[in-house]
Amino acid sequence: MSAFFSYLLNGVSVGCGFALVASGLIIIFRVTQVVNLAQGLFAVVAGFVASSLLGGGMGHGFAELSAIAVAAATGLLTGVVAIAKRGTKPEASLIATLGVGIFGYAIEILIWGDQPRSFSGLEGAFQLGDLDLPKQYALVIAITLVVSGLLELFLERTFLGKALSACASNRYAAGLIGIGVLRMGLLAFTLGGALGGIAGVLLTPLRPISYDSDVLLFVNGFAAAILAGLRRPLLALGGGLLLGVAEAMVAGYAKASYQSSFALLLTLAILVAQAARRPALHAAES
Amino acid sequence: MISVAGLTVQYGSATALDTVSLSVAAGEMVALIGANGAGKSTLLKALSGVVPKTRGEVQVTGRFAHVPEGRQLFADLTVEDNLRLGAFGLPQRDPSWVYEILPDLAPLAGKRAGSLSGGQQQMVALGRGIMARPNVLAIDEMSLGLSPIAVRALALALRELNAKLGIAILLVEQSARLALSLCSRGYVLETGRMVAEGRSAELTADPFVVNAYLGTLLEEPT
Repeated sequence: MSAFFSYLLNGVSVGCGFALVASGLIIIFRVTQVVNLAQGLFAVVAGFVASSLLGGGMGHGFAELSAIAVAAATGLLTGVVAIAKRGTKPEASLIATLGVGIFGYAIEILIWGDQPRSFSGLEGAFQLGDLDLPKQYALVIAITLVVSGLLELFLERTFLGKALSACASNRYAAGLIGIGVLRMGLLAFTLGGALGGIAGVLLTPLRPISYDSDVLLFVNGFAAAILAGLRRPLLALGGGLLLGVAEAMVAGYAKASYQSSFALLLTLAILVAQAARRPALHAAES
Repeated sequence: MISVAGLTVQYGSATALDTVSLSVAAGEMVALIGANGAGKSTLLKALSGVVPKTRGEVQVTGRFAHVPEGRQLFADLTVEDNLRLGAFGLPQRDPSWVYEILPDLAPLAGKRAGSLSGGQQQMVALGRGIMARPNVLAIDEMSLGLSPIAVRALALALRELNAKLGIAILLVEQSARLALSLCSRGYVLETGRMVAEGRSAELTADPFVVNAYLGTLLEEPT
């Protein structure tokens, strides 16, 4: 298998994980205006729970689904801490999510220790001509595509999805017509938890996780979300893939330790570019 | 439908409403006029329960819907989605009956609400309000910033809603001329106090109301 294909495959599957983390960030941000700094935590919790359940003898499938459910519940709890008190400002909620993330470290170390953990995913590979496509990589890509598609359908085609979008568009009006803005915010946090959890159970067989893996996931997920303008989860898929592939190439052809710096630099460059464009837009409007 | 008696609302030490009374009967159209900062929006918010009352009685019987100042549409969603969301929590969300009573909305159904003109947006806000199937509809500053043609279309739409559906209407307006020509009764609010009330014909003949709200600054052109 050529080195290029191997880097590409690695980049695409890791990028899928970033995209799922980014989708969670975007949903939560759209509905609540809160940048959820605990988004990486959900993936780590799911990875740990799945490894424990599999280690305890639970079968594949059940273990991963249970782990995603635990991540969703963690998302809901984070939401309760961050936004449930009436009148909490988004900036205060952001700090609360940072607190949840740090508290999460303590709990994780207490339960799972500070050593990286992993579990085996699908064995074997599909043959594509001369190239091998390992089944776990194929699974990551397929599930990410299906989840992103379902999420898009949920947000664009269902009444509940529209109600979530309504909160994102105008919270005051949403409250006035009886949409429970707090309930919708908690729903967004729960969905964000589940999406982070899916990323966690998919990526852990590819890259062992430890309690502080959340930083890398958050930084990359946030960069992908920023690439998507913090608006549409489906765009985050493109952002995540771009980032994953670019980082894999940097790691493959340059140096592995440069790859997170690359994500940070890219985020910074996009933020600067957007900030520079905004005054020009305002000037054009007025 | 609406009965407010001796209502006082204070924001900290500031009194926004001072022993205000007002009533709207079933099927009635009532105007509430007053300048900026008179307390009109506070009264509406007290009716919606968004602002707590300090003293007095507020009673709203039947379903109440509030079309807020500034339209407050879901700009990223289509007109149809805006209408459907107006029926949030109700089993019936099909807006086709709204297109019948507000026919201007039908051709806009698939358009993004944020892309519409101010008059069209106000019509959507009205449609979204009636999707909740209210018995009484309160509309805050309907005509603000709109062209006379748009205001006329909205005024006619309000008459239709009142006549055909029997919805009672509380029209909260700075434009006293519009409000009093549409409604049979009116109230005048100034700095938190009700300073005049009566039938529209009486109010339009009242020298105080004429001077403060209906008079012109300049002489009519000759």
